[in-house]
Amino acid sequence: MAAVAERVTLGRRLRRWEGLPYWLILPTLAYLALFFAWPMVKSFQLAFQDDGVWTLQAFRTMVNDIEFGNAVRFTLLLIVVIIPVQFLLALVMALLVNAKLRGRGIFLYIFLLPLAISDLAAGIVWSSMFTELGYLNTVLERIGLLETPFIWINASRESLLLLTVVVAEIWRSTALIMIILVAGLQGIPRDYTEAAEVFGAGLYQRVRYVILPMLKPSIQVALLLRLILAFEVFSTVIAITGRGSTVLAAEAWRWQTANMDANVAAAYASLILVLSVVSAGLVLGLLRTPKEQIAR
Amino acid sequence: MIQRPGVWLPRVFLYGGALVLSLWVLLPIYFITLAAFSTQDAVYRYPKNLVPRDLSTETMRFFLNSEGIVGSLQRSALVAALTLLFSLGVGTPAGYAIARFVFRGADTFRLAVVSTRAFPIVILSIPLAVTYIRWGIDDSVLGVALAHTALALPFAVLVTSSVFAGISVELEEAAMTLGCSRLSAFRRVALPLALPGLAAAAIFVFIISWNEVFAASILTLRNPTLPAQVLSVLNESPLPFRFAGGFFLLAPSLIVIFVIRKYLFNMWGRVVK
Repeated sequence: MAAVAERVTLGRRLRRWEGLPYWLILPTLAYLALFFAWPMVKSFQLAFQDDGVWTLQAFRTMVNDIEFGNAVRFTLLLIVVIIPVQFLLALVMALLVNAKLRGRGIFLYIFLLPLAISDLAAGIVWSSMFTELGYLNTVLERIGLLETPFIWINASRESLLLLTVVVAEIWRSTALIMIILVAGLQGIPRDYTEAAEVFGAGLYQRVRYVILPMLKPSIQVALLLRLILAFEVFSTVIAITGRGSTVLAAEAWRWQTANMDANVAAAYASLILVLSVVSAGLVLGLLRTPKEQIAR
Repeated sequence: MIQRPGVWLPRVFLYGGALVLSLWVLLPIYFITLAAFSTQDAVYRYPKNLVPRDLSTETMRFFLNSEGIVGSLQRSALVAALTLLFSLGVGTPAGYAIARFVFRGADTFRLAVVSTRAFPIVILSIPLAVTYIRWGIDDSVLGVALAHTALALPFAVLVTSSVFAGISVELEEAAMTLGCSRLSAFRRVALPLALPGLAAAAIFVFIISWNEVFAASILTLRNPTLPAQVLSVLNESPLPFRFAGGFFLLAPSLIVIFVIRKYLFNMWGRVVK
């Protein structure tokens, strides 16, 4: 009897709080409205209006700027080169961590180290490697591959600039993909790979026909996050190549800080937003996975 | 990937591969640390020392004594602390709500929070620079912290919700049956259990803000944070400044990963249910 009475009062007490979850999410909703939705509207407004008049002037300035083509090309080149290489690298790292190696905890920790390293810090670290009198040339000379210092950061050779940024970005951002893939791998029952092995599947076949298909949702999430972050990269490029090369976010930054033109900066921001959303949509559409799986 | 015992050759390859990849991650960190703690002469010398020699705090002191570094360092710490306070203060209740309650719109809310990730949030600092002048918080620690909170808040909501989801609701119900109010059941049962996870989330939010440079350099002028200050003078700075600065920006992130390594999978890993 007492227990029933308790249940009833508990139930009544819980009912009294029916509105509670709404009160709890209200601050977050308000904050996101004020600092996410509103600035986004404002951003487009800045890009398409000047003193309240609708105009495409900011976009015209953006497109006609000498650096615009370079920024678009370099941003896209970075994505095209970096993402396949780093997914392969992340997969290898994840498989290594997942193999029962002794000391796998240490390897996992080392592979994860770059997870919290900023793009600026990574850029400076790699500029110390690539600078003419830097560590990479020292090492290459020491092992006899070079006789005089090689000039890696050479504004007239775009492929080299691309290479240096690609290396730094792969170094920095592979950890994020790896951690997602490791978590995905842990969700694959060992029986599956063992069964494949019993039936004579080699390593390549196990990866290709068992592991990769089961990792698809993880790969999709990683690809989504990575693509969005790729459009935001700018300080790695500035730290390594100086003014030698540029990307979209760097141009937005320069127009806002150096040229003091918020309209053109907002035009770049709008372009980056649209590109991010479109590529996120493409990833979701092409690798169709139920929504609840990307909830985290 | 399972290897049968006795197949020793692949094992060797596995260890070899793991070792090579570890060096790939570690060597650049080692070299920048070496550079940051060398004498200034050694920083300019070529070929460079590959082993610790000519160790000194001279280069680090040169960096810390450079104009604007100490001030920007203090501002960075303050911005990160405020960001932590704001995003957990605003986000934890929401995280608790989606972990604990079944309510209409819960899924929509969750999806809305997740989908903010499809937008590069730092880009939104461009219109904020204009707005802040009107609000009178341009070029201020508060302004940067508010922008960083927008960046960290979705993360805080999702992580705190997974922290609370990991704590059994029955414990709270039991406390309420025993006479606790909803609030005191939360305060005395759920909160203490959630504390380690919340602390890990807080540390990661701190580093998100510490690392952020785009919004920080757009929203400040005379009062930059450390990354904004370093970035603004980077290409005109001598090598000792660059290397020591690089190390200084890097070091906290290494410590953070070490401290919260056990929680990383809860934060980033559980992408797929």
